[in-house]
Amino acid sequence: MLYREAGDFKVSYQADQQTFPIRFDRLFFWALLASAYFVVPFFINDYWANAVLLPFLIYGVASIGLNILTGYCGQVSLGSGGFMAVGAYTCYKMMTAFPDLNLAFCILAGGVTTAIVGIMFGLPSLRIKGFYLAVVTLAAQFFLVWMFNKVPWFYNYSATGMISSPERTMFGYAITGPNATPAATYLFCLTFLVVLAFLGRNLTRGSVGRKWMAIRDMDIAAEIIGVNPLMAKITAFGVSSFYVGVAGAMIFSVYLGAVEVTEAFGIQKSFLLLFMIIIGGLGSILGSLVGAAFMVLMPVLLKNIMVNSFGWAIDIAAHFEFIIIGGLIVFFLIVEPHGLAQLWRIIKEKMRLWPFPH
Amino acid sequence: MTVSQDAAVQETITPDGRTIGGVLMEMRNITLRFGGVVAIEDISFDIRQGEIRAIIGPNGAGKSSMLNVINGFYHPQDGEVWYKGAIRGPMRPHQIAAQGIARTFQNIALFHGMSTLDNIMTGRLTHMKTGMLSQSVWFGRAQREETENRAFAERIIDFLEIQSIRKTPVGRLPYGLQKRVELGRALAAEPSLLLLDEPMAGMNVEEKEDMSRFILDVNDEFGTTIALIEHDMGVVMDLADRVVVMDYGRKIGDGSPEEVRNNKAVIDAYLGVSSD
Repeated sequence: MLYREAGDFKVSYQADQQTFPIRFDRLFFWALLASAYFVVPFFINDYWANAVLLPFLIYGVASIGLNILTGYCGQVSLGSGGFMAVGAYTCYKMMTAFPDLNLAFCILAGGVTTAIVGIMFGLPSLRIKGFYLAVVTLAAQFFLVWMFNKVPWFYNYSATGMISSPERTMFGYAITGPNATPAATYLFCLTFLVVLAFLGRNLTRGSVGRKWMAIRDMDIAAEIIGVNPLMAKITAFGVSSFYVGVAGAMIFSVYLGAVEVTEAFGIQKSFLLLFMIIIGGLGSILGSLVGAAFMVLMPVLLKNIMVNSFGWAIDIAAHFEFIIIGGLIVFFLIVEPHGLAQLWRIIKEKMRLWPFPH
Repeated sequence: MTVSQDAAVQETITPDGRTIGGVLMEMRNITLRFGGVVAIEDISFDIRQGEIRAIIGPNGAGKSSMLNVINGFYHPQDGEVWYKGAIRGPMRPHQIAAQGIARTFQNIALFHGMSTLDNIMTGRLTHMKTGMLSQSVWFGRAQREETENRAFAERIIDFLEIQSIRKTPVGRLPYGLQKRVELGRALAAEPSLLLLDEPMAGMNVEEKEDMSRFILDVNDEFGTTIALIEHDMGVVMDLADRVVVMDYGRKIGDGSPEEVRNNKAVIDAYLGVSSD
């Protein structure tokens, strides 16, 4: 069957509200999900898990979170790195204080704490907008990182100032620590991403999402239509920070295992997430995932080409990598400012009428 | 709530057969100042259930400020606003929207990143009550509520004859259609009182005729009370049951279109006073 939208008629509102209205998309999605669960775990190795899949899954969660705040609700945040750190340190404190507690619960607790912190820093958003709000969140970034460096209680008074995650298991398989297998950590992160993406999609397609988008597009009109601006912004900050916090907790516990806050959750992480959602597409869950994939895969791909195929020195390749990624970002922003998700939408629209242009 | 005691007494039938009920909203001695500038000075008028009430006046007369007072965007320094028989305390605009007052804007204020359908569904927000948790699970309550409200939004879409642009982002629509979508968004809230700020500004004759028809149909079919600002006198005289005339923040005339047309002060304000 040809991939196209034309002739695919809906007879009920429910059918019209589906996430994947095109039958082919739906089938493709379920096939992808099935293979992610039942095929990939049998072939996964350390390299693929650590270089590609885990960072993609975890940053996917974080960029959905930031996209809810920036893409859907229009509030720019430069504090994502700091919020990730809140998630990571909460998770660490929970893991060490309650050794019997389930890992998933610790990670969710990281998300909830981050949501509360995010709401606190989001409160000024009622009064200040745009660049000025960005500066407030930037202050949050520096303040949080400073705090986790300066207050020894957060890293349990360890001599190095680093936090490292003890071994925890789920269903008898080690998820964190040195004995964790790539398949187990992969499935753990995949489940988090799938569940959170599902919840995020539902929130953004219903009345809550419309409130956020109304605030983004025209806040005065939104208020006159009956949107409470304080509640809309606060919920956006809360939900977004929850996602970012969960991602931070996973980066610490599952992916890296041991982190030093300035290095792992510095300002460059905030910018990385911002790049992901801008390249992927603001206001799109699919775009968040595509953007995360792009920013994770591109460096790996370039490194492989330059070092392995061309045989260049690693340091030269690293420099070229920066140049090429930067160039690609500029290129994408010029060609399609609304991101890869928009590019996909345009292709779909063209396919609707293909091969007849009018 | 005490209903205005003379509600039943005042019920009247218009020449074209519509019933006009008691007082829905009453402005009493409203004064609005911005620093030293007096935008509205001691204005009183009422809007009755089911009528089309026009507010006219030259540019800068304070008409839009009046609408902003009605939907709570400005808070007057003096005066009382009575709505549905009760005095209204200081409220935020979104609380007033929940009481059933909707409006359109002089410069279109649609949500440009959203489709026509989503814009109209945004108008339904005051009727959608499911919390964040059931929203995030979607299947069950949230989906049911979405479908019910979608059915209502589709009625509005049918009514305004905009089926073909249902999924088009509103930023891509021509001006006249954007005005229509904005009317749809306000109608979707099922308002008791609909405020229209220059619904026909910048339209050609056909578009004005269309819009006039929609306004009359809204009033007729849904029984919505309408207060509108408009500069096209022909339109105002045809549509409105009663007209308030403002000039320099004061009320200079109030009554049926006939009365207003023959009012000396109104003629002076619009045509100027001859010097001799």
